[in-house]
Order: sequence, then C-alpha cells, then structure tokens
Amino acid sequence: MAFTAFSSQAVVEQAPRKRSVIALVLLLPGILYLVLFFLAPLISLIITSFQQPVLDGDIGEYTAGFQWQNYADAMAEYWPLVLRAFGYALIATVLALVISYPIAYFIGVKARRWPLLQSLMLTLVIAPFFISFLLRTLAWKQIMSDEGPIVVFLKSIAVLPSDGHLTGTAFSVIFGLTYNFIPFMTLPLYATLERLDTRYIEAGADLYASPWTTFRKITIPLSMPGIVSGTLLTFIPAAGDYINASRDFLGSSSTAMVGNAIEANFLVLQNYPIAAALSIVLMAVILIIVGIYVRRSGTEDLI
Amino acid sequence: MAIASFADKGADLELVGITKRFPGFTAIEALDLSIPAGSFFALLGPSGCGKTTTLRLVAGLEEPTAGRILIGGKDVTSTKPFQRPVNTVFQSYALFPHMTILENVAFGLRRRKVGDPVAKAHEALRLVELDHLAARRPAQLSGGQQQRVALARAIVNRPALLLLDEPLGALDLKLRRQMQLELKTIQTEVGLTFLHVTHDQEEAMTMADTVAVMNKGRIEQMGAPEELYELPRTAFVANFLGQSNLFTGQVTGSSADAIVVDVAGVPITVPRTRAKRHAGEVTIGVRPEKVSLLTEAPAPDSARNVLGPGRVTDVSFSGVSTQYLVQVPGVGELTVFAQNMVFGPVVHEGAEVWISWNADHGFGLEDDPADGPRFAPDDSTESIAVQRRIALEEELEQA
Repeated sequence: MAFTAFSSQAVVEQAPRKRSVIALVLLLPGILYLVLFFLAPLISLIITSFQQPVLDGDIGEYTAGFQWQNYADAMAEYWPLVLRAFGYALIATVLALVISYPIAYFIGVKARRWPLLQSLMLTLVIAPFFISFLLRTLAWKQIMSDEGPIVVFLKSIAVLPSDGHLTGTAFSVIFGLTYNFIPFMTLPLYATLERLDTRYIEAGADLYASPWTTFRKITIPLSMPGIVSGTLLTFIPAAGDYINASRDFLGSSSTAMVGNAIEANFLVLQNYPIAAALSIVLMAVILIIVGIYVRRSGTEDLI
Repeated sequence: MAIASFADKGADLELVGITKRFPGFTAIEALDLSIPAGSFFALLGPSGCGKTTTLRLVAGLEEPTAGRILIGGKDVTSTKPFQRPVNTVFQSYALFPHMTILENVAFGLRRRKVGDPVAKAHEALRLVELDHLAARRPAQLSGGQQQRVALARAIVNRPALLLLDEPLGALDLKLRRQMQLELKTIQTEVGLTFLHVTHDQEEAMTMADTVAVMNKGRIEQMGAPEELYELPRTAFVANFLGQSNLFTGQVTGSSADAIVVDVAGVPITVPRTRAKRHAGEVTIGVRPEKVSLLTEAPAPDSARNVLGPGRVTDVSFSGVSTQYLVQVPGVGELTVFAQNMVFGPVVHEGAEVWISWNADHGFGLEDDPADGPRFAPDDSTESIAVQRRIALEEELEQA
C-alpha cells in the first residue's frame, strides 16, 4: 500500500483478533485529534469553498450555498500560480534530493565506523531548526540582495546583467525552497541508508558491476523507501509554501505560488470561497500526484 | 575489462607473500599459497584465523598490505573486485532483496553483456533444482534454497575461481550434508577451481582435495585430508583436525626405522618416517581411535606401546563409538575412542585400565615442545570435580 513507504517494515504483524478495550483507549486521543483538527476544518473548508456572496453585503460577507462557479473562477484566475507551485516544488525536490543523498550516504554508510562523527553531522543537519525559518529566509534575502556580495560578484563576472537581481526571481524562490527543505529530505534518506547492508554492495562488485552500476542497480533501489518519504516530505509542503515565494521574502509578484494566492484571498481580499477552493484544489492535486508516485516507485517490493 | 568471456576451466590461484594488517592487528602474515586449477581447496581454521580475510583479498574486497595475488598467472593485486574473474558465495548469501531469483542469477551475466542472460540463468537454476522458484523474491525462500540461489548466481558466470565463504554455516545438518554433496558434484561437473573457507573440519575433509589448516594468519599445514589427519605436523593441527593424545619427552633411543621417546618413564616407539624431529625433546601423539583399552597389563610386545595403569574418569556414549577419558599418573588425561562392538561400555568409570596402540600409528610433531603448550594443566573445574568424586568413592569403599 501507498503509505508503507513511510514505515521501515512493510511486513504487517498479525493483528490480535480479540476486540480490545485498551486498543480503543489508545486510539482515542489520535482519533479525537484528527476529528477536531483535521476533519472538522476540512469540512468547514469544503463548505466555505461553495459559499456565495451576500447580496448587498460587505466585503468578506458570505452565505452558505452551492456555488461550483467558485472553483472555475479560482482556476481561471490562478491556474498559472498552481502550475508554478508544482513546478517550483518539483525542481526544489529534485535539487534537495541531489544535495541530500550524498550527505545522507556519507553519514549513514561511510561514517558508520565513527558514531561520534555520525551524530555530530546529524546534529549539523538539524541545526538550522534552532533558528526560526522566517529569520533564516530573511537572512538569505539580505545575502542575495542587490547590494549583497553574491549579486556584486555575479555582476563583476558578467554572469548577471548590470540591472539584474537575484531576489524576486524564480531562482531565489527555488533556492529558498530547496534550502529550507533539505533537512526533511536528508533525515529519511539517512534513516534508510543507515540500515543499508553494505554486503549487497560487495556482492554487486563481486558480480562485475562497476561502482556506478552498483549504485544504480543496488544502492538506489534499496534506499527507495527513504527517497520516497524524503521527496514526499519535501514536495508536499513545498508545493503549498507561501513564505519563500512571498514578496516580503525571496519572491515577487512574478514568482507567486498558489500558497500566496490562498494567503492573499484569505487575509487581504477576504475572498474566502476562492481561497478555500484553491486550498481544496491544491490538496486534491497533491493527493493524486503522491498516489501515482508511490504506486510507481515500487517500494512495496522492498521488505 | 580483464574478463570478457566465460572461463572454460578453472584457473590457478597464487598468493605471494600476502600480509594484511588492520589498524591494531595483523590478520595475515606473509602468506604464500598456491592452488592448482580445477581443484577443490579448503581453507580451514578457527574464527579469527584470517581465512575469511584471505578470501576477501582474493575477491578484491580487501587490499593486501603487502604481497601479490595471481589468478591464472595474471597479477590482479591492484584490480577492483568487479574486474576479477572471481565470484563469491557469501556467508550471508547477499541475494539482492529487490530482485527476483531469476534477476539475481542473471545479474552478473547482464553486467558482462553475455548473450541471452535469461536462458543461462534458468539453466543455472535448473542445476540447483530451483528453476520453479525463478519468479520469487529471496525473502520468500528458505535458507537452504537461498544458499543454492547464491551458488547458482556465482557459478552461472563460470568464474575461473569460485570462492565459498562458509556458505553452509546456516544450514541444518541434513541439508548441509546434501549441499556438500551437491557442491562437490557441481565442482566436478563444471571443473571450476573452488576455494572454500570453513571452520568445520568434517566439511573440509569430506569435500576438499587439499586442505590448508590456518591459524593466527599462517598456514600451519597443507595437504590431502588423509595426510593431514594421519600425520599432523603441529599440535594445533593435531587438535583442530580431530582429537589427539599428545605426549612430550626426551628421545632416548634411535634406530634406523624408529625413535624411542621417554614419556614419564615409559619408552614409547614412533616410526622414524612419521616423526619430524629425531632428537632432543619432542612431542609425539596418537589418534584416540587408534588406541585400545585393556583391563589388565598386556604382555610386553615391541610392536605396541603401552601406558598405564590409569583410571577411567569419564565414559560418554556417542552412538558409533564410546569416548573414554583415562587419567594416567605422570602423563595426564588421554582420550580413547572405542567402536561399540558390544552392547554398552566395556569398562566403567573408576576402572583401572592400560592403554595400548600399535607403534606404527604414532606420529611426531614438528613443533618445538618448548614453544607450544605441553599438557594442559589438570585444573579445569570438570577434572577437579571428577577427581573429587573418585577420591570420595574410594573413601566410601574403604569405610
């Protein structure tokens, strides 16, 4: 099944047949939590997405209705932002994977002999979390600002035209997304690679596979559970992210993602039905993409 | 690439002055070894003796600190494992869990771009009688089946040299016997050179043409299994390969075809050709099954060696034979295996016995007794307990 990608072992233990009161009691907090903080808001969101404006009412006044039109309007106006969100998220996920895999491989496989180095490096991976994600993103805005060293340098070697910017471009938004989600990619990758049995790699080498072929044919397939959970943990929040693409941080109006549209409609334009419809669309598209992806990645085969 | 085609027969392997040091210890010290093409060679030794390291050096999974490795006359010391004409059956099997049995077996063929890998993989699976499981995954197979797949995955490549790293270790006794026979049959059929690493002396002796006994990074002795068993050269071999009764003493007499060794005052004769050292202090021995147990002092016979009287301290029945431990004053504890020709043990614990063996069956070790251990001191808790009991019983009898 799809979500075995998150568990370390797909083998399902035989569930006890006996109906147990304790099991229900243990489940109760989780069920309550989900009902209160997921199901109820979701239903409220769906209801909101079908609301219609109150005739002669104030801005932001809506009444219950069944207005499908909201979805059509939202998509007609914001489809480029939806596309951009998934495009940026996809690029950022791929970049984060390419950057994180070597790090995770080093910590999880190469550094096995030195547990101290392993824990030190893991600490470094999560160290950015000690500082607010907003602060770090603002710091990048400073670093990449027009007067900042990077822009000055790029201009001096004529990579960037003299009137060019870094902030407010697709580059800086994707950079921000990649940077902010790297730990979410590295940690699941590490968790899988740390358990990777290097004897399979030796067996690959023994069977005439060059290091590159061994990596492609053995290491990658065996680390698939980590790759799947890492990419999901990066892609899903990145697609809905509105901080990096926001004008106040690394983006501009030309880099707005669907998250920015939702934020604007909820908080600025007070067009709640459109915002809710966009949220539902975002959620549905993510669900479909993730479903196809997990099915295709074939992680069910891994024991 | 070094290997483009199938090897039509096994290649010989030569290790020249191989030394392997790990941080903190030396696994192998100046090892020279030569394995002729097409032979079944067993490297036998206790765990930690360096036998698996030797295998990994040949496979290319470790690099030697010094020395050269030649396969079929070609120096492969500096080549990577995937460039060597060698395949390994790993102790853990290391079957790729994400591939089917068929794909596991075809893996090596595909890497070498051998034509029609699927048909060849099926053929190899038929050889190990597992073709009907080709579509399964390794986790769906039993240990014995996995072992056979690992074997098929290695031999399908027709390597010049097949390395077996204790591949039968995880199997139960019956399956082990069966696999030993199958391995031997496959080796004879395919004609590959097999290098088999094991700590099981019986396995080494039944399967291999040549056995090398390894200890502490050195080869103690090498030869045909019968030769190793009949004429062990060192105390280690004498005790690791089966059991031995060893005695140390001064050579007191010497003739053209025998030497006489003084063991606790008793002259023991050993054939000159079966002894490696002919003067000074020597260690001699005899295998427990060559020794017979007598209940009364035998008439002097120059063709037989006699020790005794001693006292039986332990009798243990093991089906085919019975093992007696005999404490001979001044000599120590001796082991005697007696075939169970009659029902029940011949003598009981505490009985007074003499032990005797044909003088031709003794052997003399190459070891300098001063280096090696002499008789193990009789201070194990077991022997103390046995001695106590005997003393108590004697007391009771007298009372």
